[in-house]
Amino acid sequence: MPTVKVTQNLYRFFPVLKDRTITVPPGSVAEILQAMNEIAPGFTDYILDEQGALRRHVNLCINDYTVIDRDRLSDVVPDDGTLFIFQALSGG
Amino acid sequence: MANMILLGTRKGTLLFDRTHSAWRPRAILHEGIPVCYAASDPRDGTLWASLDHGHWGPKLSRSSDGGRSWKEMASVKYPQGARYIVKYLPTPDFDPASPAGQPEYRDATVFKIWTLAFAGADQPGRMYAGTIPGGLFVSDDGGESWELNRPLWNHASRGGDLFGGDATSENHWQGTPASIDYGVFEPGIHSIIVDPRNPDHIHVAASSAGVIETNDGGRTWKGCNNGMLMDYLPNPAAEWGHDPHCITGCRKQPDHLWQQNHCGVFYSEDGAQTWKKVSMPDAGVHFGFPIAVDEHDGRTAWVVPARADSERMALGGALSVVRTTDGGNSWQSFRDGLPQKHAYDIVLRHALDVAGECLCFGSTTGNVYLSEDRGETWLCLGNNFPPVYSVRFG
Repeated sequence: MPTVKVTQNLYRFFPVLKDRTITVPPGSVAEILQAMNEIAPGFTDYILDEQGALRRHVNLCINDYTVIDRDRLSDVVPDDGTLFIFQALSGG
Repeated sequence: MANMILLGTRKGTLLFDRTHSAWRPRAILHEGIPVCYAASDPRDGTLWASLDHGHWGPKLSRSSDGGRSWKEMASVKYPQGARYIVKYLPTPDFDPASPAGQPEYRDATVFKIWTLAFAGADQPGRMYAGTIPGGLFVSDDGGESWELNRPLWNHASRGGDLFGGDATSENHWQGTPASIDYGVFEPGIHSIIVDPRNPDHIHVAASSAGVIETNDGGRTWKGCNNGMLMDYLPNPAAEWGHDPHCITGCRKQPDHLWQQNHCGVFYSEDGAQTWKKVSMPDAGVHFGFPIAVDEHDGRTAWVVPARADSERMALGGALSVVRTTDGGNSWQSFRDGLPQKHAYDIVLRHALDVAGECLCFGSTTGNVYLSEDRGETWLCLGNNFPPVYSVRFG
């Protein structure tokens, strides 16, 4: 089962994700984000825009590799893989 | 009498309560999150904040208990298939030939929920939201759900209905520099005025397009830019392409509308059917962002002068508020209580409000000032607030 690791900045909005190991069924990034949305309702609204594309300042990595398909989220997370969900740091 | 001031700031929402001796700020809410607009629904006192998350998309937050607790509401979303025509940012690498060729379409996503407006008591639950990239959204259930107003989105001035196909007319809506924060140059709706006499009569203002009106509750829209003049396109009196920074209307005399435009101050006494330029540069009345109008007297309005579009700062290193009581024929400047040296503040379009005798404004330098005598003298409410995006009495 793939693991999902989430930037701790999202714990503020989704405390259900805090202090736990999150595992979800394997699949595409799109499928995994939908599984996250079931654990934390509203989660995808933070990660994706209304067209289903990754928000501009959100970055996803599968293990060491940055997700390539930011529009359709077709990259596949392998059974033993980890999907990392980051935010770009900016501003002041 | 207003008992609350709501500030939308770069670091959260600030509420001030009127006490017997002073206006007192509470601890900041939505801590650390930019709040581009905060307001109270005059119908029931519900508080609203538009959160401008840099990373996670814009959200709306609502409080039904006077600000003690807040609930995140459903996001305002463009429906599938909503598209618009890209206007390019006029940067040095801008290719002027490109927009003149085939239109380039972009799927719509909400960058910013720039303003909120509340319908009258005869339409409980009806709210409006203006967004970048230029969509007007409507809710009939107190903000639980939102729907794009398609007739305005599909207006001929934006290229027609792009849901089903290509443009059938030329897009005249230009971008607003306020969208550059998001890496785009898209239009935005920042002002929505519901006629207190007739809820189907609404004016909205879009940068950079102009003022648009519906008389049938949003089924049809027409431009209301007669008399407007601009100085950055070849035809100053073109129907479209104007940059109203803010429009506002008199509640008791709704045909009296005021507009602080990029190119001056304009006044209408016929419900925006015609506009008259009432700038008076010698009095500092020309460039700026916000404008406020008296609730009862449509000829009385206030502006906070700024220097110029190329020099966005206070005039002469000093802050002033300028008032007209005769429909812009004359203007009187007030400075008592405002800094007159080393002040470089800019007051953004939603950051001035009036309620009865009280006015309040906040600047991007984090200074907030209050007047309780119609703008004639001012009291500083603090100098170290975050940059202020909006000020509204509640």
